[in-house]
This record gives sequence, structure tokens and C-alpha cells, in this order.
Amino acid sequence: MSGPLRLTGTPASGGYAEGPVFRLESDVASYRPKGSAEGEAAALRTAMEAASEQLAVLAAASAGEAADMLEFQLAMLADVSLSGPAFDAISMGAPADKAWSDALAEQIEGYEAADDEYFRARAADLRDIRQQVLDALTSAGDRTAPPGAILFGEDIAPTRFLATDWSAGGGIALSKGSSASHVAMLARSRGVPMVVGLGSAVKDIGGMALLDAEQGAIVLQPTDGDIESFRKSSTAYGERRRRAEDSVMRPATTGNGVPVHVLVNVADPSDVDRIDIANCDGVGLMRTEFLFGKGLPDEKTQYLAYRTVLEWAAGKPVTIRTIDAGGDKPVPGFTVEESNPFLGLRGIRLSLARPEVFRVQIRALLRAAVHGNLKVMFPMIAVPEEYARAAALFAEEASNLAGAGVPHAMPPLGLMVEVPSVAIAPELFCDAAFFSIGSNDLTQYLMAAARDNTAVAALNSVTNPAVLRLIASVAAFGWLHDIPVSLCGDAGGDPAAIPCLLEAGLRDLSVAPAQLALVKAAIAGVAV
Amino acid sequence: MSAKAAAQVEIKHEVGLHARPSVKFTKLAKTFAADVEVALTPEGPWFDAKSIVKVMAAKAPKGTVLHLRASGEGADSAVKALVALVERDFDEAVEGEAHVRTA
Repeated sequence: MSGPLRLTGTPASGGYAEGPVFRLESDVASYRPKGSAEGEAAALRTAMEAASEQLAVLAAASAGEAADMLEFQLAMLADVSLSGPAFDAISMGAPADKAWSDALAEQIEGYEAADDEYFRARAADLRDIRQQVLDALTSAGDRTAPPGAILFGEDIAPTRFLATDWSAGGGIALSKGSSASHVAMLARSRGVPMVVGLGSAVKDIGGMALLDAEQGAIVLQPTDGDIESFRKSSTAYGERRRRAEDSVMRPATTGNGVPVHVLVNVADPSDVDRIDIANCDGVGLMRTEFLFGKGLPDEKTQYLAYRTVLEWAAGKPVTIRTIDAGGDKPVPGFTVEESNPFLGLRGIRLSLARPEVFRVQIRALLRAAVHGNLKVMFPMIAVPEEYARAAALFAEEASNLAGAGVPHAMPPLGLMVEVPSVAIAPELFCDAAFFSIGSNDLTQYLMAAARDNTAVAALNSVTNPAVLRLIASVAAFGWLHDIPVSLCGDAGGDPAAIPCLLEAGLRDLSVAPAQLALVKAAIAGVAV
Repeated sequence: MSAKAAAQVEIKHEVGLHARPSVKFTKLAKTFAADVEVALTPEGPWFDAKSIVKVMAAKAPKGTVLHLRASGEGADSAVKALVALVERDFDEAVEGEAHVRTA
């Protein structure tokens, strides 16, 4: 091979890496038979122990989904039902590597044949387990990549990713792979550049390479010119990221100096421990479903959770959404089974149908309101009567608390604009103190495309002109009638959608905390 | 003396008896000395409730009624504890909740 070679694929995790190529495939070392059934069985046992030890070390250093996956693999590996058939085959004369491989192949096929997508996906875990033991049998796993290397292969096992030291840089280039894989998710969370789908046209790869995981390409045998322009792009990328990180500290403004409020969405009070309140303008959406995860919470539990977030926000606004159960979020003892839950008894509909449950939440909110700048909004409002009934319950409970001498305050009451009826006829809802556009549900109801159905995911686009026009008309209505309008859906955190949302007239976006920097940088790039 | 116990319980968990619940289920089963078995129908086939490989291979989706039976020391408490775990949705409702819903 002579001259530079450029392969293109799909970026799975952004960034740039320059380093030696490390071939994952040459991990398939040959196994040397041990000569006796006892020897083979001992070799397999030792290899399984080595793989378990490595998994345990990784599990101890992992958290969240990665830890769950590793614990599952460990439990599988420790189960004699998995290795039993392999030891049987060995006693019949099979070598350890083949016996193990065949035993696992049977399990993997079982999962691949499953009807359920979730169980089908477990085949990847079984393949990972198989490879770890095979690596231990052939000592291939001992081959570690040099610091800063670009790991190149057909695919990469999650455990391999976790066992690699990324502190000196490096990246991943795969001929197959998927940006939806577990490894891709890990790579994004660790900031490791990764490109997938490079194709298998080139087998003989080595030497230095340049991995551009922003565009999705790898250059092999680069010329000096290639290296120079690569480093320029890499530096520019690094600067953009640094700017984004710096800009997170400052209030957001557009390129032409228009201030934009950027708030955060909070799903659980513990989320706020990881957020610096100085970096945002408050909480635009605090969900309360987490409180209902194990059934119906009492008033004190709710009050303490709301108070925690209000005190953390130190006077900045905190908008709490009343319980939005139903739809894709069942709550035992509260929601009902329905054939079409997205169009059924969810959000405010359910709260009004179960006032004894709703009143508990209302009392907790009224009491918490004295500890900060609270606003409350109702999900899934479709007609003005729902808002009026909910507001009346707040008034009733407030007078009950006053009668009992309990400290409380009445927060401004607003509503989510997510059912198209509200977005089309907002003039019916002028009693509301504010509007918050729930772009995920508004889009799914407007486009008639369920957001939990990947087959219609392409239809579910907030940048569809019909959706944007509706958002713009709600924003214009709010401006004219002095009703604040914000947006708290995923669209607010999407750099591609932000210019459209600002053009539509929105100046208040509530986004996932992890997206604050990116969102502020995207806002700075827009002139409105 | 050979104590015996049996019960049935419906799986309410969104994706059924998947990896994390299966790990919890088999770990709990292993804390009992009794032999514990599960089946998807009252007629069986019955498989070892302490084997993650067997439990996962059942691929029980949401809504499946799990049949449990145990024999030997602590059979009754084993069945009760496993039923309770399934009824508590494997203690995962809260984690499952948080990332399901956006605005």
C-alpha cells in the first residue's frame, strides 16, 4: 500500500485522534491444545476465572448502565448452566476453545431468535462473554493497545472499551459497528472519538492514522499536508469545545446580543447536586414522576423533595409540573390500563379523575412555595375547564392550609402547551400565568407519530414547518398578551433546532443539564 | 421434614424478566437453601430459579405469570421473598421512570 488512503464512515462519538493503528482482529490468536481432557478442562476453568476477575475489576470501577451490564455478564459466567455443555464436550474429546465456542454459540442463537428486541440484544453480551474467555484461553487479551492508539476492527466489545486506558487519547475506528451500540454510548460519555461503518474494503491496515470523528473518516498513511490540515481541524474543534465550556458560565445571548434564558430540566432532586445554579436561569421543568415510582408518595416526602430544589435554586424560578403519569409511564395504584395510553387518561386528566391523590401533591406544593420562587404547571391540558378545575383545587387547599395555620403560598399556575388544541386556540387560556411548550408531545400529537415508535421516528421532527408555525403562533400570542412562553422539550437542547426556535420567537429554553454548554454555544451562533 | 411452597405472580416490569431483574431474582433465590424452580405455565417445564442462564432463557415478557415452587428448608420464605421482589417491580420503577419521560 502506498500513498494516503481515506475511508469514510459515520461519526458515533465526536472528536479527533492521531496515533498508531491497533488491530483488534489480530486478537484471534491460535489456541494450543493441551493433549488431555483433564488439561483442556483445567485450561477452560482457568480462562473463565481470569475473565471473571477482569469483569469484577471493571465492574468495581463502573457505574450506571455499564455496571449493570458487567454484573449481568459476571452472573452468566458464574452459572454452571452456561459452561456445563462445554465441559461435557471436553470430556468427549473436544479442545477447550471449540467446546466453549460451541456451547456459547447455542446460547447466542437462542437470543438471536427471540421475538423481543430486548432479548435479541442480549446476544451481544453473550458474544462479549465468549470472546473474553477465548482471549484468556489464547492469552490474546494480554495484548494491550499502546497509549493513544486508534483501535481498528470489525466491532469492539464493551468490556474491551472499559479495559482500555483512554487517558492518553486515542480513538475507535470500526468497519462495522453502530452508533446506537453500548460502546458508542460509553465513548460519547467518556469523550472518546469513534467512527463506525468504515467498510471492510481494506484489511491490511497499520502505521499512523488520523481519525476524524467529527466528519466520520480515517486517513491511513497520511501525507505531511494531511497531518497539517488534520491538526488544524482538531485544534479548532478543541477550541470550540473550550469556548462552549467557558460560555456555560455566562448568561446566554445570541450573536446579535439578544438575551435568552436557559433553564434546566430536572427529573430527580438529586440531579441538582451536579449542576451549578450559577450556570443556568433556573429550573424550567421539574418532573414529579420520580416520586410516584413506587406507588403514591405522602405529602411530607413530596414537600421535602420540592423544598430541596427550591432552596438549591436560591431565588431563581423553579417550575414544577404536577404528576404526569399515564401515557408511557404507568404508576401502580394510580394509572389505568388502556389500549391507546398516549391518547388516554394521562397528565391532568388523571389528576382530576383522582382528586384525593392530586390534593396531596397540591398541599405539598403550596407548603414548599414559601421556600423559593415556585411556579406550577399542569401537563396535558386540552380545554380551559381542566385548568379552571385544577386552579380551583389549589385555591381550596390554600384556604384549608390557611384555616389550619400552616405556612404556604400560592404559586403562579401555568400550563403545558402540548395538546394541539391549546396551541391552536391559546386565547381560551388567558387565565394561565404562563405557557410552557412541551415540544415532544406537541410534535407527536401534531404529526400523529408516537414518540416511542422508532418506525415513525422520522416524522417526529420539531423542525417540520407545521410544528414550527404552531410554536411561533403561541410565542406571538404570549408576547401580545404578556403571557410568558417557554419551551421544555428535547428540541431546546438540539443545536440544529435552536435557530428555528429562536426565529419562532422563543427566548426561554429549558434543557437537559448536560446540554447547557452546547445550547449556549448554539444560541451564540444565531442572529435574530 | 420436607417443606414445600408454591405461588404465582405476574411480571409488571416494562421489558419483562430482562438482565437486571434476572440478576436480582437469581441472587435472591440463591440466598435460600431450598430448591426453587420457576415455570411459565402450571404444567412446566420447570427450571432452576438460581440459574441466570435458565431464567434469562425463559425470555418472559411483561404480563407473564411466573409460577414458583420450592422444596426443602425455608421453602415458604423463598417463595414469599421472590413473589415480593416481582411485585415490587424488582425495585426498579424509580430508575426506569426517570429516563422514560421527556417534556
